[in-house]
Amino acid sequence: MSDTDAPARPLHHVGSDVPFLVALGVIGGVYVLLIVAMLVADAAYMGHTVDNAPTSTWVSPDSWLAPLVHNPIAVALADRNIQYSIWLTLISCSITTILSLWVAVPIGYLLSRQQFFGRNLLDAILDIPIVLPPLVVGLSLLILFQYLPVVVREAVVYEIPAVILAQFMVACAFAVRTMRATFDQIDQRREHVALTLGCTRAQAFGLVVLPETKRGMLTAGTLAWARSLGEFGPLLVFAGATRGKTEVLSTTVFLELSIGNLEAAVAVSLLMVLAGVVVLVVARLWGSRGLTL
Amino acid sequence: MQIERLHVRVGEFALRDLSFSIPAGQYALLMGRTGCGKTTLLEAIAGLKPIESGRILLAGVDVTGRKPAERNIGYVPQDGALFPTMTVRRHLGFALTIRQRPRAQIARRVNELAELLEIGYLLDRTPTGLSGGEQQRVALGRALSFGPQTLCLDEPLSALDDQTRQQIIQLLKRVQRETGVTCLHVTHNQSEAEMLADVRLELVDGRVRHVEKPSGGNGTSAGATGGGASAPQSTSVTGE
Repeated sequence: MSDTDAPARPLHHVGSDVPFLVALGVIGGVYVLLIVAMLVADAAYMGHTVDNAPTSTWVSPDSWLAPLVHNPIAVALADRNIQYSIWLTLISCSITTILSLWVAVPIGYLLSRQQFFGRNLLDAILDIPIVLPPLVVGLSLLILFQYLPVVVREAVVYEIPAVILAQFMVACAFAVRTMRATFDQIDQRREHVALTLGCTRAQAFGLVVLPETKRGMLTAGTLAWARSLGEFGPLLVFAGATRGKTEVLSTTVFLELSIGNLEAAVAVSLLMVLAGVVVLVVARLWGSRGLTL
Repeated sequence: MQIERLHVRVGEFALRDLSFSIPAGQYALLMGRTGCGKTTLLEAIAGLKPIESGRILLAGVDVTGRKPAERNIGYVPQDGALFPTMTVRRHLGFALTIRQRPRAQIARRVNELAELLEIGYLLDRTPTGLSGGEQQRVALGRALSFGPQTLCLDEPLSALDDQTRQQIIQLLKRVQRETGVTCLHVTHNQSEAEMLADVRLELVDGRVRHVEKPSGGNGTSAGATGGGASAPQSTSVTGE
């Protein structure tokens, strides 16, 4: 029987893909809208407070300088406590980032390349700071230091080192994850070739593998920095929220809210949003593709 | 190269009791189907996979327990595995830099290799954007740079088009002739064996067989290795 003589078989009918795609768009869109709306609301609130700001003795309300001078962010930036908070935040986040990378690179490499007894247990332990409630991390650190010598305890707890340690505990866990993924993406055969060319394991790591991790390290670093910036729970418990001492931007928001200064709280929050956006842009532009925040 | 009763295990997969030898300065092709353990065997010889038992002798020296760096084996993995952060010049000088040779000697060796492999125009480029054939030339130069006695090549032609494949085959022949290096080349391609092999080996069911070379070939054959490989078609030289 030729093809033309064969009875026509009914074609399989499929429905439209549009409802599926619309459902995806709606569900995703609601969340994205919520994020954007949240930030727009902050900005709108700031705009409102600028309009209602008291007139300055040296800048006319009609002057083009007025929005800059009467801006709550500018007012917040002029506050000595908030200036201290900004500096402590920048310094502590940067130290935390460096420490996190120092730890994350060897652990990430070890987990990516070595098979050893207890590897899965180590892997699980490294996730603990990520899954633990932040307050519990702070409380656990506080309890831990009760068992340490008084000299160490007094030098750390409720002092600046506590700020860094509290930030480090969580930020490092994220950096480890990122560095492990970075090493997983690097072809191990390149190391093998380096070994046959005369390298020790350390030379193969330092000369061949490490230069390839630049983007991954940048991503891990920015992620650690961003996590440190947003850290609050462990800081509150372990470092306290003492003005001019252990106050970082997240604690500033808390302290300003607690005294009813909503404008300053929102202004500092916007500063943090700005810092977060900068970190996000850095990570997207120069970080490792597939590992971005 | 002499392999004696080699046992290699990787997870559930195992190569057992492999024995074969390749006379010095000869080009051996190890053939076998995909997944039969060719790369595992090559990596074990290069010291990159731990072995359970057996011996690996290179130029009469037992290198079984030695680190990869101490075996004097040049290794060319599939697709080259070039270092993305290094220029071609640094690739060719890498092994000598590790050995802390004088700069002038490194520069001289780089130029020799660039001339031999016809990659002088690539010296200041990184691997990004190099064609498959160029990458293989660089990988070959890197492996030859420190003057190894043995060269292990893992399917170096598998990702190349026909024309480039022919060029690299001619290059491999010339390099082997000029350097006198003993080569173990892993492939599943019959035509590569016909064009390159002095010695033909086949890995089947975890055993190495020594395959008789058809008459009119360009090299010595079964008689060169141990195990009495003189059967008309193929002869097992495994010790099991």
